[in-house]
Amino acid sequence: MKVSIYRYNPETDREPSMKEYEVDTQGKDLMVLDILALVKEQDESMSYRRSCREGVCGSDGMNMNGKNGLACITPLSQVAPGVLEGKKPLILRPLPGLPVIRDLVVDMGMFYNQYEKVQPFLQNNTPAPAIERLQTPEDRAKLDGLYECILCACCSTSCPSFWWNPDKFLGPAALLQSYRFLADSRDNATEERLSKLDDPFSLFRCHGIMNCVSVCPKGLNPTRAIGHIRSMLLERGI
Amino acid sequence: MSIRTITFDAIVVGGGGAGMRASLQMAQSGFKTALISKVFPTRSHTVSAQGGITCAIASADPNDDWRWHMYDTVKGSDYIGDQDAIEYMCNVGPEAVFELDHMGLPFSRTEEGRIYQRPFGGQSKNFGEGGQAARTCAAADRTGHALLHTLYQQNLKNGTQFYNEWYAAELVKDADGNVCGVIAIDIESGETVFFKAKATVFATGGSGRIYASTTNALINTGDGVGMALRAGLPVQDIEMWQFHPTGIAGAGVLVTEGCRGEGGYLINKDGERFMERYAPNAKDLASRDVVARSMMMEILDGRGAGPDGDHVFLKLDHLGEEVLHSRLPGICELAITFAQTDPVKEPIPVVPTCHYMMGGIPTNVHGQAIKLSGGHEGEDQFVNGLFAVGEVACVSVHGANRLGGNSLLDLVVFGRAAGLFIEDQLRQGMTQYEPTDADIDQALARVRRWDESSGGESVSALRKELQSVMQNHFGVFRKGDLMAEGVAKLADLRERISKAHLDDKSKPFNTARIEALELDNLLEVAEATAIAAEGRTESRGAHSRYDYPDRDDENWLCHSIFDPTAKKLGKREVNFKPKTVDTFQPKARTY
Repeated sequence: MKVSIYRYNPETDREPSMKEYEVDTQGKDLMVLDILALVKEQDESMSYRRSCREGVCGSDGMNMNGKNGLACITPLSQVAPGVLEGKKPLILRPLPGLPVIRDLVVDMGMFYNQYEKVQPFLQNNTPAPAIERLQTPEDRAKLDGLYECILCACCSTSCPSFWWNPDKFLGPAALLQSYRFLADSRDNATEERLSKLDDPFSLFRCHGIMNCVSVCPKGLNPTRAIGHIRSMLLERGI
Repeated sequence: MSIRTITFDAIVVGGGGAGMRASLQMAQSGFKTALISKVFPTRSHTVSAQGGITCAIASADPNDDWRWHMYDTVKGSDYIGDQDAIEYMCNVGPEAVFELDHMGLPFSRTEEGRIYQRPFGGQSKNFGEGGQAARTCAAADRTGHALLHTLYQQNLKNGTQFYNEWYAAELVKDADGNVCGVIAIDIESGETVFFKAKATVFATGGSGRIYASTTNALINTGDGVGMALRAGLPVQDIEMWQFHPTGIAGAGVLVTEGCRGEGGYLINKDGERFMERYAPNAKDLASRDVVARSMMMEILDGRGAGPDGDHVFLKLDHLGEEVLHSRLPGICELAITFAQTDPVKEPIPVVPTCHYMMGGIPTNVHGQAIKLSGGHEGEDQFVNGLFAVGEVACVSVHGANRLGGNSLLDLVVFGRAAGLFIEDQLRQGMTQYEPTDADIDQALARVRRWDESSGGESVSALRKELQSVMQNHFGVFRKGDLMAEGVAKLADLRERISKAHLDDKSKPFNTARIEALELDNLLEVAEATAIAAEGRTESRGAHSRYDYPDRDDENWLCHSIFDPTAKKLGKREVNFKPKTVDTFQPKARTY
């Protein structure tokens, strides 16, 4: 099958280009990450990130035939119709909207900055008990769909509002994390967290187009979390 | 050649659970602490831990006792775990786990609001007399993910300085062998830098990638063990590799023991629950070495499933959709993605898969690296400036076989312990050993070798060959002549790897260069494993030999110590002197 990969090495290339490779999959429905490994055997200069190869570390977020996802849990058959059969090429590009360091490796700095801005850690100024802080199963259930985020950046880099204001709009991943702590019964910094979000950009640049939801490889719903924060901000304003 | 120097009080190499628990401890106390990680910390392999963290917090059973946990761990280790270290881990454990809750780790909960605990393999109440215990604290089946993200978040809060996507390539020592820091490469720019510190903490994790089939992440290349061996330091019990019973056949992806804890069980091609024959009491919750061997016996006896009869099945459908989706949601995802199997409807094809390195750099409970064993008379000798925690270390709490859920506990307890000890040393005034230019130059030799290579074989082909040697010669069952052949093949590979070629010499984000440096480490770990496995002439825990089928307490109730200079195997005494409880005497190990 044909694979077309975005290549750019700042040391040698004046501009990026797409490079074509021929890979023998023996008709198997391999994961995109397996294809990358086969390409790297042919051409070791092609760089990409990878670690767990099972969809839990979030290293290998990339754009596959126009859609963001994790290479390690995306089989060829799910990339686009015709790719597995070799009728269409597999087209791999770095996540959109972030600066490219080299080939499929993007500079995640802006993404991580926005994550850090939401103070993504539990805050509780009451003295800790000798055992755990108790939490009912119902309260704990509020964290499901939030704590599973793996920071792969597929969502934020598919969001036009983030492309436009990556420094001021926090983006879906950071906002999901923000709500993860707002929703935690053990956290008591709610007021401080909300006041930091109460400006025209941080949260309110979300226009609810749900690109984040359609690409999240963990099936999470940042738009819903943003909606919850929106409601909390509105209630607080009344 | 002079390179840039960056100075800290302490540097931690590795951003998994152990490294981040150590760095957190020191950063909280205001020491200038750097964490060097070859991946962004939340991409570390701790993230893949599923089932939980075993600890007697007395939630599932209000009468639970850390001494029972200690008994299980000693027995699980097949009696070569150090009893003082196991005592420390099991005793301090609850405090370390409650701290994780206070940090925000989203544990699953009981109706009483306490942390949810599930049964895991090798667990008992009342020193093996009271039946199965439920002692593994869980955040659904994503406990490692929850733990790793929580620790990263706390490090952010406390101002740890992160060097993410920096690759530690070599230890820097002075002429007397004192550790002064490490050489590290900024992967993004390709720059090579000397990190100087009073304390260097290795938390580099395991090395499952020496095997062709492993549950381990692609980054688990034994960098810490490789650096230690090249520095002439010994490693302990490195022949002891855990094969996890349930890796997804073909893919190698882990399926947590928690599945069996929640009531799942293994069946052969005839649908028989075969563990009833091998471990009549604990059945599917016998310890991992026992279950993995039983599975291999079924397969070798022709009762394996599939066209090649090369796997068995893990049956979960009887637990019902609700339990599977609430307690084991990650497993359902993984099984559908990697086995095209929905566990709600059909069993998952599984096979024993390389999972965990019980051996490593020998340390005491403070993480201090040991260079010479004290034996009867003397005290242990330490490597000044060097510490090791987590999977790269051999404290040893796992001995010849680790119990499920004990690795996460090991990470947080000993990451924390090393942090506390180093803090204390820094307060008292710790020596900064100063390397000469020649010392630094020597540490740069390996990086230079690859940067100047021309011609020779490719890294990927050699790596594949090494992995297949380990898979075929040092698997679940071992045999003297087969291992001798493997040792010879590795000697040949050493020769060829020393002349291998890195074609891409560019600087920015050159992952081929990192893979080349990792290959050297894989080779070091593989060779040490091979020589130690051939040298231990008995069967104990995970080390099982056809030619020496029995445990030999007379000769081998001890640690093995591999000396990289002589390439010889020595022995070191196991600690049988816990401080607050009576010694657990070795006895026949049945489940």
